[in-house]
Amino acid sequence: MAIDLKAPPAASRDLADLVRADRAHTSLYTDPAIFEQEMDRIFASCWVWVAHVSEVKEAGDYKSTYVGRQPVVVVRDRKQKIHVLLNRCRHRAATVCEEKKGRTNSFVCPYHGWSYGLDGSLRGVPHPESYGQCLDKGEYPLKSLRVEEYAGMVFATFREDIEPLADWLGPAKKWMDLFMKQGGGYPIKVAGEHRFRFPGNWKIQLENTTDGYHFPVVHKSFLSSVDEQTERMLDFVNGPGFVEDLGNGHSVMVMIPELVDLEENLDAPVPARFAELAEELRKEGHDEAKVRRIVRAVGGSGFNLNLFPNIACSMAFFRVLRPVSVNETEIHHAVITMDGGPAAANRARLRLHEHFQGPMGFGTPDDSEAWERVQKGAQAGTDLWILLNRGLPGERVTEDGRAGDVSAETGMRAAYQQWKKLMTGRG
Amino acid sequence: MNTQLLTEVSAFLWQEADMLDHHDYQDWLAQWTADGLYIVPIDPDVASGPADLADRLNYAYDDADMRAKRVARLTSGESVSTQPASRTVRSLSRFRILADDGAAITVRAAQHLREFRKETLRDYTADVTYELARTGDGFRLKSKIVRLVNSTDALHSIGYIL
Ligand code: FES
Ligand SMILES: [Fe+2]
Repeated sequence: MAIDLKAPPAASRDLADLVRADRAHTSLYTDPAIFEQEMDRIFASCWVWVAHVSEVKEAGDYKSTYVGRQPVVVVRDRKQKIHVLLNRCRHRAATVCEEKKGRTNSFVCPYHGWSYGLDGSLRGVPHPESYGQCLDKGEYPLKSLRVEEYAGMVFATFREDIEPLADWLGPAKKWMDLFMKQGGGYPIKVAGEHRFRFPGNWKIQLENTTDGYHFPVVHKSFLSSVDEQTERMLDFVNGPGFVEDLGNGHSVMVMIPELVDLEENLDAPVPARFAELAEELRKEGHDEAKVRRIVRAVGGSGFNLNLFPNIACSMAFFRVLRPVSVNETEIHHAVITMDGGPAAANRARLRLHEHFQGPMGFGTPDDSEAWERVQKGAQAGTDLWILLNRGLPGERVTEDGRAGDVSAETGMRAAYQQWKKLMTGRG
Repeated sequence: MNTQLLTEVSAFLWQEADMLDHHDYQDWLAQWTADGLYIVPIDPDVASGPADLADRLNYAYDDADMRAKRVARLTSGESVSTQPASRTVRSLSRFRILADDGAAITVRAAQHLREFRKETLRDYTADVTYELARTGDGFRLKSKIVRLVNSTDALHSIGYIL
């Protein structure tokens, strides 16, 4: 069959024709009109991750973030219910919260002083006399999104008519459960994050989470900085791992099958890089079983789980993406620690995170450079396609979807098929 | 005010700054004590020292081993984000001696750094606190904490040593 390499001209583009089984059109990275539609048909129309429960642990704890481009506040009320509220005063639209996180009793608008409860209800309006009978406070709460959570992950949506979160996640749920085992017996906690921006489209980052192919190339300098055993472990591209399409745009890339379940193989030898930590934990008086469990959990899971559209459970951290514009994306790499766990283990996790992530890490800057180059290159050959056909011939049907080898572009194909479904309203 | 000490300290720190801008990394590595820590925190809390920062997420928290690895990475040619390397010029000023216990001096300074790479000129302004150990052979860096004024913002890659 002859492959049609010519894309339709911009004016007559049918969105459905921009994503094919083995490729996506370059305009998906560059067309501002497509970006606007994505904000509406994807970010305002499906479940979007907003927080991990540890970020709003106690009543009054809040975090400000975004759903798509819309600023929201995630807050726990006194009845322990988590609310996701539009960060927009109902009077004349000022934001009611500018802090990234904190604890409060209420949100008071700085402009004219309207105050809102933790559930978003409008509590007080200064000098109400002038309103006479024309302002019913019950009608003007902060606008509230629908909120559901699974495995400590809090998601919100503008839509009342979409499926429950658990159905949306589907087979991804069991991978989320596996991922949370890196608490090593403790609840996991988000203990800070690296934030950075790159001048490129959000889907470039989305693709990367299940891109095993780039690892040995882009991360050569990182691989040169780790011990031999770790380097061998990370040499997974020709290994037995796999990428699986889990439906609804979600996918998992298993790089190190041995580290899928962190509660198994507890008798395996302690890796060289954690020998010192194990010794420290023994000295602190932890029994051998506990030492093994913590040390096995400390390096994170052997897989990346990509949840469409904005969150990934990536080895040892959460990757959050926020689309800013068609050619700008903000990324947060949130570090995970063991809540109440040994300080030595948590310090090890923090140092591992700093080693790879962040603007001064040995990994992220090189990823970021590659993504910038994609956006720049995508300005050329605007009629060309982004190829997504790697690993296609070897793909097999699985219980949960389809799977390809560990460097297959199966995860990207999954994401783009979901993109097409949401953008066109067609299956 | 001990202007003699201030002169000695600033001469040492200006030399360190010059080494970094000119990529004299082996000389730079040699000026540290064996237990020295190079830290670039996210947390804007100025009261936190190396021990507090050990339990928090930072941009960098480098002991001797990580410093050597950082230098190796920057000079390896293996990292696409440092090819080409950034060109930097930094100036240090506003030195103030905060403490001097005989064995070590704590000094704080203002650092303005401009970076150019590919098509972009960037600014990084930081408050830097140093602990300088007195040795028979002059000062050695015992700790250097670089507090970027915009540490809590979303940053771009920093492919050099602040
Ligand atoms: S805009 Fe909030 S009180 Fe007026
Ligand atoms: Fe990467």
